[in-house]
Amino acid sequence: MGQIKLSKVSKRFGDVEVIPPLDLTIADGEFTVFVGPSGCGKSTLLRLIAGLEDITSGSIQIDGTDTTDVPPAKRGLAMVFQSYALYPHMSVRKNIAFPMRMAGVPAQEQDRRIAAAAEALNLTDYLDRRPGQLSGGQRQRVAIGRAIVREPQAFLFDEPLSNLDAALRVGMRMEISELHKKLQTTMIYVTHDQVEAMTMADKIVVLRAGVIEQVGSPLDLYHTPCNEFVAGFIGSPKMNLIKGAEAQKHGVATIGIRPEHVEVSSTAGLWHGTVGVAEHLGSDTFLHIHGVAGCDPMTVRVDGELPVKHGDEIYLTPQNDKLHKFDGQGLRVD
Amino acid sequence: MATHHSRSAARLMMAPAVVLLLGWMLVPLTMTLYFSFKKYLPLRGGDLGWVGFDNYVRFVSSSAFWPSVLTTLTIVGGVLVITVVFGVLLAILLNQPMWGQGFVRILVIAPFFVMPTVSALVWKNMFMDPNYGLLAHLWEFFGAQPVEWLSQASLQSIVMIVSWQWLPFATLILLTAIQSLDSEQLEAAEMDGAPALMRFAFITLPHLGRAIAVVLLIQTIFLLSIFAEIFVTTGGAFGTKTLTYLIFQRVLESQNVGLGSAGGVYAIILANIVAIFLMRIVGKNLDK
Amino acid sequence: MARAVSQRRKILFTVAAWSVGVLIFFPILWTILTSFKTEAQAIADPPIFLGFDWTLENYSAVLERSNYGRFLWNSIIIAGGSTLLGILVAVPAAWSMAFVPSKRTKDILLWMLSTKMLPAVGVLYPIYLLCIHLGVLDSKIALVFILMLINLPIIVWMLYTYFKEIPSEILEAARMDGATLKEELLYVLTPMAIPGIASTILLNVILAWNEAFWTLNLTAAKAAPLTAFIASYSSPEGLFYAKLSAASTMAIAPILILGWFSQKQLVSGLTFGAVK
Repeated sequence: MGQIKLSKVSKRFGDVEVIPPLDLTIADGEFTVFVGPSGCGKSTLLRLIAGLEDITSGSIQIDGTDTTDVPPAKRGLAMVFQSYALYPHMSVRKNIAFPMRMAGVPAQEQDRRIAAAAEALNLTDYLDRRPGQLSGGQRQRVAIGRAIVREPQAFLFDEPLSNLDAALRVGMRMEISELHKKLQTTMIYVTHDQVEAMTMADKIVVLRAGVIEQVGSPLDLYHTPCNEFVAGFIGSPKMNLIKGAEAQKHGVATIGIRPEHVEVSSTAGLWHGTVGVAEHLGSDTFLHIHGVAGCDPMTVRVDGELPVKHGDEIYLTPQNDKLHKFDGQGLRVD
Repeated sequence: MATHHSRSAARLMMAPAVVLLLGWMLVPLTMTLYFSFKKYLPLRGGDLGWVGFDNYVRFVSSSAFWPSVLTTLTIVGGVLVITVVFGVLLAILLNQPMWGQGFVRILVIAPFFVMPTVSALVWKNMFMDPNYGLLAHLWEFFGAQPVEWLSQASLQSIVMIVSWQWLPFATLILLTAIQSLDSEQLEAAEMDGAPALMRFAFITLPHLGRAIAVVLLIQTIFLLSIFAEIFVTTGGAFGTKTLTYLIFQRVLESQNVGLGSAGGVYAIILANIVAIFLMRIVGKNLDK
Repeated sequence: MARAVSQRRKILFTVAAWSVGVLIFFPILWTILTSFKTEAQAIADPPIFLGFDWTLENYSAVLERSNYGRFLWNSIIIAGGSTLLGILVAVPAAWSMAFVPSKRTKDILLWMLSTKMLPAVGVLYPIYLLCIHLGVLDSKIALVFILMLINLPIIVWMLYTYFKEIPSEILEAARMDGATLKEELLYVLTPMAIPGIASTILLNVILAWNEAFWTLNLTAAKAAPLTAFIASYSSPEGLFYAKLSAASTMAIAPILILGWFSQKQLVSGLTFGAVK
C-alpha cells in the first residue's frame, strides 16, 4: 500500500547542500518520525517526499512506482502543515471538500466522507463555520480532516502541533496516534520535540545537518544510541556526558549516563558534589549537581519525596550496566 | 513552491509587465538621446542635422538652467519637510482619544482626492487672489496689506499648495504606523522614567522610521514631476520654473526639440541621482 | 492599556483634531459653498459663509458652456481602462514575484519603481511623436496605455505586498490537494486576494483620474478628461468664482465620493505594505 523508498536522494539550494545523498525506507503502515534540531533538514526532506521541492539527485518510490517527476497532487499523499494552511474564505465543510472537488469525487461520496471525518474528529457542529472562528485545536482537526478524506497512501505532518499550547498538544498527540491505529496508514511526522518522537513513533529517524544519524524504534534509540549526538538528543532530561579521567578509566573518550540511572546517597558513592538547583516536579525531583569532574552540572533524577535542598553535599554512583561509552569520534563503543 | 515547473511558469507570467516597462523606458529614452544631438525645430525647418553636444552646452549655459534645478529641489525639499513634520504631529493628534475620529480622518484625507488642476485653480483664484481671495480678506481683517501671493511669494505659495495636497498621504501613513506601535513599549519607557518628550524621541520616532522612508520615496517620485500646479498658477513665472517646466517650455512652447531633449537627459540624470540616493535609504528600510 | 482618560483631555483633543480637520478640509468646503452662490455673492466683501441665496445657476451655466458629460466619460474610460489593463498585466507578475521569488525579485521591483522616476517631460516629445505616427494623438486609447504604463510599477508593488501576506503554505496545501495552477489561482488565491486587488484598483483609479501631465499635453478636444476640462477655467474665466467652483466641484465629486467610501481599504494600500 504505502511503502516509501528514498534512494540516494539529495537536495542543494544553490551552492549549499542541505541534504547529502541518503537512503531511507519507510514501511507500509508505519508511523515514522523525523526528529532533529531546527535547521537539520527534516522539513526539507518531508517536502521532497511531498513533491513541493524538486530533488537534486536520486529517486523517490512510493508503493513501488518512481514518483520523482510526479507532481505533488498525484503522489497520493496528504499533508498537514504547521500553520494548518486552511483556506480562510471557505467554510470548514468546503475546506474538507476541496481536495475531493479537485479530484472530481461525486457529490454524494463527498458528503459521506465529510460526515465520517467530521464525526471522527468531533467537527460535526462546526462544519459551516469559517476557520477564523475556530480555536487552534479545531483548526488542527480541520487540517487533519482535509487530509483524511483523500484516503491517501500516506500522511505527511510538518510540525503540526507546534502552534498549540502545551495541554492541547498532549491531547492532539493522542488523537493522532489513535488515528494511526485506526487507519493503519503510513504516516511521516516531522518534529523538533523528542518527546513527541518518543511517544508517537514506531520508528524514529534522527537527522543532523541533513544526515541521518540513526534510525530505530524509540526504545532502540534510548537504550543504544549509536553516537553522542543521538544520546544527547533522545531522552529527557538529557544524558550526562562525562569526559576526561572518569572516561579514561573505561578506556574511552566519553562516557554517558542518563539522569535516571544514577544512585544517590548522603554518605558514600563513586562521585561527590554539591546540589545546585533542585527542580521539584512532585513525582520526581531533578537535581543539578556541581563539582563532579568532567561533567558540570550533572543531572540526576531522584524520588520526589527525597529531602534534598540547595547546597547539600551528595554522593553519586552510576549503574554500571547502564553506562554508554563513546570513542574520540563520538561513536558508540560496546 | 520551488519546483522547476513553477519557476518557468513564474518567468512567463512576469514577462508582460517587464517587457512593457522595458519598452516604455527604452524606446522614448533612445529617441530623446537621438534628438538631443540634433538641431531639430519642427516648425522652423525640422531636422537640421547633427550638432554634437551643442544642445547640452546651450541648455546648461542658459541663465534659466541652474535656477530651475534649484527651484525643483526647493519645492521637493520644502514639501517633504512640511508634510513629514506636520504629518507626524497630525498623526499623533489623531491617535489621541477623541470623539468622531473617523469623521476627522475623512476631512483630513479629502485633499488627496482633489485633482492638481482643481486645487491649483481654487487656491490661485479663491484664496491667493490679492483682491478677492479669502486670504486677502483675512489680512485686511487684521489690518494688514494683502499679499500678492503668486508674484511676491510665488515659490512659498506653490510649496504650500502642494503640501496641502500631500499632507493627507503623509498623515495617514504615519497614523497607521503609530497605531501599530506596541503600547507596552511606551508603558515600559514610562516605567523607566522617560518623560513624554523623551518617549516620543526614543520610542515613537524610531518606530516611524520605516513609514517616513515610504513617505519620502513615494512623494519624491510624484513631486519631481509636478507640473499642473505650476502650469495653472504662475505658468513658470516669478521664479517658479522647475526643470520639468523649463523643458516643457523648450519643447512645446518654443518648439526646440533638440534643446528640450538635452534638457530631458539632464532631468533624467537629476532624477537618477535623487533615485539612487533614495533607493539606498529606502531599500535598506524596506529590506525585511 | 486601559487607563481612564479624563473627560477634559478627551474634549481638548476632540476640539483640536476637529479644528485641524476642518481647516484642512476648508478649501474644498469653500469651493462647494461658493458653487451655490451667485457671482456677486461669491466675491462679496466681507465673504459670506452660509447666509446666501442658494442657487444652481452656476451648474447649468457650466453644463451649457462645455460638454461636461464627454469630459466625465473620457475620465471614466481613461482611469478605468488604464487601471483594468494594469491589473491584468500586474496580477500574474506580482503573483510570481510573491510566490516564486528569486534572488533578483527585489532588484526587479526596485527597477520597476525607478522607471516611475523617469521624468515624464524627458520623454514628452518622443511620445508625442509616436502618438502622431500611430495616429493616436488626442485619443483615449493612447492615454489608457500611457497611464497604464506610468502606474504599472505602483500596481505591481501594491499587489506584491498584498500577495506576500498570503501564506505560501496555503498555496502548497492547494497543490497537495490536487489543484492545478489555474484552479489554484481561481479558487484559492483570487478569493483571498480580492480585498488587496480592490484597494489597488481604487488607488490607481484615483491616480489616473487626477493625472495632469499626459492628459493635458496629449489631448485636445476629443479625448480630454476632466483635468483638461478644469484647466480651461484658468484665467480669465477663473475670475467667475461661482462657475469655477461649480466646475471644480463637478470635477472632483466623483472621486471624492469614491475615496470617502473606500478610505479604509485605501489607507492600507497606500502604505505599500511597508507599514503594518
